[in-house]
Amino acid sequence: MTSGMAIRAFALGVAAVGLTAFNANAGEYNITVDRITIDAGDFKKQGLGYNGSQTPTVLRFKEGEDVVINVTNNLNEETSIHWHGLILPFDQDGVPDISFDGIAPGETFTYRFPIVQNGTYWFHSHSGFQEPDGAYGAIVIDNKDREPYRYDREYVIQLTDKHPHSGDRIMRNLKLMPDYYNRKQRTLLDLFADAQEDGLDAALADRSDWGEMRMMPTDIEDVQGYTPLINGAHPGAPFMAEFKPKERIRLRFINSSAMTYFDVRIPGMDMTVVQADGNNVTPVKVDEFRIAVAETYDVIVRPREAGAFNILAESMGRTAMARALLTSDPTLEAPKIPGLRNDPLLTMADMALDPAMEGMHGDMEMADGAHGGHGAQGAHGQTAMADDEELPPGAHRMPDGTIMGGPSEDPFYANGSGLKPTAAEGGKFLSYADLKAQKPLYPDREATREIEIRLTGNMERYSWSLNGIKYEDADPIVLQYGERVRFKFVNETMMTHPMHLHGMWSIIDNGNGQRDPIKHVVSVNPGTIVYMETEVDAPGQWAFHCHLSYHADSGMFRKVVVEGGPKEASLEQPKG
Amino acid sequence: MKIMKTLVGALAPALILFATASTAQSVFYGFQAEQAEIRFNNGEEVLAWDFDLTIGKDELKFVWRSEAEYSLDEDEFETLENQLRLATPISPFFDAVAGIRFDTPEGNDRVDGVIGIHGLAQQWIEVDADLFVSDDPSIRLEAEYEGLITQRITFTPSIEVEIPLTDDASRDFGDFAPIFEIGARLSYDLIDRAVSPYIGVHYEFATGESGRRAQAGGGKKDEFFFVAGARMIF
Repeated sequence: MTSGMAIRAFALGVAAVGLTAFNANAGEYNITVDRITIDAGDFKKQGLGYNGSQTPTVLRFKEGEDVVINVTNNLNEETSIHWHGLILPFDQDGVPDISFDGIAPGETFTYRFPIVQNGTYWFHSHSGFQEPDGAYGAIVIDNKDREPYRYDREYVIQLTDKHPHSGDRIMRNLKLMPDYYNRKQRTLLDLFADAQEDGLDAALADRSDWGEMRMMPTDIEDVQGYTPLINGAHPGAPFMAEFKPKERIRLRFINSSAMTYFDVRIPGMDMTVVQADGNNVTPVKVDEFRIAVAETYDVIVRPREAGAFNILAESMGRTAMARALLTSDPTLEAPKIPGLRNDPLLTMADMALDPAMEGMHGDMEMADGAHGGHGAQGAHGQTAMADDEELPPGAHRMPDGTIMGGPSEDPFYANGSGLKPTAAEGGKFLSYADLKAQKPLYPDREATREIEIRLTGNMERYSWSLNGIKYEDADPIVLQYGERVRFKFVNETMMTHPMHLHGMWSIIDNGNGQRDPIKHVVSVNPGTIVYMETEVDAPGQWAFHCHLSYHADSGMFRKVVVEGGPKEASLEQPKG
Repeated sequence: MKIMKTLVGALAPALILFATASTAQSVFYGFQAEQAEIRFNNGEEVLAWDFDLTIGKDELKFVWRSEAEYSLDEDEFETLENQLRLATPISPFFDAVAGIRFDTPEGNDRVDGVIGIHGLAQQWIEVDADLFVSDDPSIRLEAEYEGLITQRITFTPSIEVEIPLTDDASRDFGDFAPIFEIGARLSYDLIDRAVSPYIGVHYEFATGESGRRAQAGGGKKDEFFFVAGARMIF
């Protein structure tokens, strides 16, 4: 049994201990980067895998351990591994041209860094489109102390959106034709259906409004046509997590997709969210939660009786459903996979921060005098007020007179947003507003300064940027060691962007003050402003980007330079 | 041979651009044929194409645009144009274009400069507006709309009008006597969007002096075709 296989065996729930190396303070791990054939059920394709497998490798570390990881590149192109969410010296962060030179074909690169945290994380290539092509795995770090919650068993549930096309080809197709992969566009048949429901005039007026912007309300998933996998297994031959009745099972969800947000539920069971992005949170009982690209959520479930349950992850655009099984007996018949829910549609509220929309708002007001609450909201849970008194709070009147939305329970979506989810079987849907840090890492203090980051792009050119400037044309963002920076994300696009800052924590201002949640990915919905604060405590240079692969590659990316700080961790540090 | 020379002439700069630019990550390339079809009219068959080969970056794209009508009966090109175009964004939805057109149908070779705009107008109408610059300049306007009937069946009406600005006997153009091409094509996305076979109709007519010149030269001033072909993207 190779170490890779042994590590993967953990994913099958066999071993929960003992994979940390012989010396608890210095574990050595080996990873090979290989070209493999990936079987997604519907199709097979050439792709990449760690340790020769499409089942993601799980690295299990212990907090306080010094790890040595030998990464052997068996590809004929450069590779790299980024340890997503880990706090480490910048030259071990694995981003070519920012942290190091990359790993040449045939080369073995040795990463060395101390493990200073615990929780669920992941790792992936930061070179080209190797991550969408399959180069990703999971990291589980055991708490050096006891976890503040009990569980009897644990499983990694790692999601991906496996596409039959290579990443390079997808990028090229998107550049040539941005709607190449969008099979959720509005058709003539939809127009007839809408006309029947709302009247022909209203349906045509709606089409005309979107056409004027040259935008599509169905623009939710840029890249469709993938098969979602869980732990490398497709829904037809799903990953099986076994349990005994009344056991508490910790499920470590990781979204390693290139582009896809998933809404996760286990029909017939509630889930208690105990951790987000590797940091424990005050437990929240939910029926469903949305996991942005690159986020992790740990939940505890407790099936009281024997049986088989679906773990379902339905894509945000409702184009695909990932499935794993939670079963007391693998021979039990699996429950059926329910159908996909109705397609969400973006609304004008989701466009509210687009500067190009300013004129349209004016037109709308003049056209019918109705003007809903277009204001953005986000931090502190404040809600924009509707101007029209007769509208319920948060409601939004469309140009055709229909009223969208209602009181918004989730301040992290625009009022009247078409993206705001509701639980499939009713009940509680997790919001960022629910996340409270169990154990704050830093004292709460005023930010020393604010940096505005506008999330910008042009869907028709498939070009994405920050503050209207693409990575290749941009100067780095320079931070000073020791400051606390408040980032103001203003999403001016109609897409949702999972923003990821390497090397330092992203503390989302969700109004919980000292207990604002500590994350490494901050998802910013269209038409909203979200604030995050970062204690600048990691010298060196870091990547900062949207984690949607094709957005990052086309320019939604920055280098962050942290000046000053302790000498031993500065730029002179010898490379591993 | 002449055609080969034209093609080689068109390809060479494209390859040079690709070779120099391919080190940068954001270079992309692709082939898009809006039309690749056979046109039928009372036993007359014409092979026609209209494709772009694009390579470049967001800020600057090189486009080899080729349009041709090849008569299978006469065994000759009725029209053959190859344009080498550079396109750069001037607004969120529009590019400015500049380049050279090699116009090399049977018996008549010409080279013109071309400047124009290309982009997406409101309501998703794709437009091209080009001015061909020579001693006998002309303006060409094209508009196309892709209307989805279902997610895979697309109805594409299109119109092209060529407006000669001078009397240009060698092209059968009368000054300000426009020549129209109107089409409607119904396509089905067979393989992704890479191959979408279609059927449709294509109607060409030359007005005024342009029409009279076409007739005087033994041609027709208007022609109606059924078409069958495939849109392609690679």
